[in-house]
Amino acid sequence: MTDAKLTREDAAYVARLARIDLTEDELDLYAGQLAVVLEHAAQVAALDTTGVEPTAHPLPLQNVLRADEPRPSLDRDEVLAQAPAVEDHRFLVPRIMGDVP
Amino acid sequence: MTEQPGSSAAGDGGWEPVIGLEVHCELRTETKLFCGCRNAFGDEPNTNVCPVCLGLPGSLPVLNAMAVDYAMRIGTALHCEIRPSLFHRKNYFYPDMPKDYQISQFDEPINVNGWLELPDGSRVGVERAHMEEDTGKTTHVGGGGRIHDAQHSLVDYNRAGVPLVEIVSRPDIRSSLQARLYAAELRGILIATGASDGRMEEGSMRVDANVSVRRPNDELGTRCEIKNLNSLRSLVRAIEYEISRQVDVLESGGTVLQQTRHWDENEGQTVALRSKEEAFDYRYFPEPDLVRVVPDTTWQSEVAAAVGPMPADRREKLAALLGPDGATAAKADQIATVVENGLDVLMTKAVHAGIGAPLALARTANEASAEPDRARALDTAAYTALLRMEQDGSLSATQAKVVLADLLDRGGDPAALARDHGFEALGADSLSGVIDELIAAHPNEWTRYVDGDDKLTGFFTGQAMKATQQKANGKAVAAELRRRRG
Ligand SMILES: [Zn+2]
Repeated sequence: MTDAKLTREDAAYVARLARIDLTEDELDLYAGQLAVVLEHAAQVAALDTTGVEPTAHPLPLQNVLRADEPRPSLDRDEVLAQAPAVEDHRFLVPRIMGDVP
Repeated sequence: MTEQPGSSAAGDGGWEPVIGLEVHCELRTETKLFCGCRNAFGDEPNTNVCPVCLGLPGSLPVLNAMAVDYAMRIGTALHCEIRPSLFHRKNYFYPDMPKDYQISQFDEPINVNGWLELPDGSRVGVERAHMEEDTGKTTHVGGGGRIHDAQHSLVDYNRAGVPLVEIVSRPDIRSSLQARLYAAELRGILIATGASDGRMEEGSMRVDANVSVRRPNDELGTRCEIKNLNSLRSLVRAIEYEISRQVDVLESGGTVLQQTRHWDENEGQTVALRSKEEAFDYRYFPEPDLVRVVPDTTWQSEVAAAVGPMPADRREKLAALLGPDGATAAKADQIATVVENGLDVLMTKAVHAGIGAPLALARTANEASAEPDRARALDTAAYTALLRMEQDGSLSATQAKVVLADLLDRGGDPAALARDHGFEALGADSLSGVIDELIAAHPNEWTRYVDGDDKLTGFFTGQAMKATQQKANGKAVAAELRRRRG
């Protein structure tokens, strides 16, 4: 993490990545709020963590696994009934503009 | 297009191609990576879906133990170091993932630092082989199936969440041919571990190629990633095209742009995908709903024991059956085919049952390998019995192939199958009768043959074929003629 303060441009970039359409006023509001949150988190970054293993999960658990045994899937009609649009038993989505990531 | 993809550019004009391959391999588990939906190719669309793989709110992923097992088998076979690993969320917006992120291993992959030795003796480094989930399948409607011209797209989530291992090679590959060797050998290894069926045509093994060119010993050039390589043939063609394209760009004073390019099989060229100006920012972060995977030594040694013999060792064993002949290029090719199709056990059993290795190799590498799935399920005793009939001359090679096709098609007793084709009519007795008639009909030719004119063997064999509507066995006819001449 850098110490640099979150800018309005950063907030706009993050909003774009998350496909959230913000108005100019909202951008001002949330950029300010987000900056406060990040400042708070920066206190943690300031600690000396030399020799401390990174935490990937708050619970002291590992190897939570399940056996490779099939379980019933959902009923297709029920699934597709939730979709905004359906064609040929598939989810219909608008024309895709970007590349496959 | 004036550019011609071809081998001329590869290594020519002092340019050295540098190639790395990324291979995605679907694992042969019963169920998906994080849910109990079936992992099955070709099922009705959206029948293998549940709240987890549809990304419905409140659902939680639980890791499939068998997928970890298979991933470790691949790592073991590729001489990787197997490490504690962690899953991350790779965030992006594309309808093939309903969660809007893909769960993948990022900076702590399960397998690192391996290598793969190719049949030509070269060695290619493996940087990592990590686990991740597959995406759904999108079909673009309208515009001839091209993504940007499509009116809309349809999504089937049966494949979303299917376990994958992505094997990332180091940029150690220097030619399209070596890339092909690597992909083919890797495919054989994946099949041998039991982790994958390696079917490129069904997409269970998918290859992306990173290609750049440079002056030897220079820094690495700018690379392009080529996608949509659905066969080993496309892989070779696409790499050759791309090398040639980059050399042309550089020699005309231009710069190669770092791009993702799509291989168009019909046009025989790579095409830059339309890209946003900003690079993808996946905002990886640890998947909070999954914990670390730490395979202990017991599990690792169980996995090591489950990994079968690798293709290189199996080829060596078959070659040994053939003696010095096994080292010739033609035989080595056939041996590679047999191993690739997992038919070495079948062939070895036939040889151990007394069938000559060259005959067993020929039938196994050609006819049996044409139907590998069926051949693997073949009854060994029936296969051996058929080869014995060919070996002792009761069936001609042509007849044996016909019977073998039947045997592969529907199984059964090869002797009965041969009778169904009327091949049994050519037992020693009836053949003897046919030859009696031929001698009577062609006394002059017979005399010349008896006097030592061996060219007439061909004449009599031809006549015997004609008289029996091609059912006679040439070798048996020649043997009978020789017997009579005394
Ligand atoms: Zn599911």
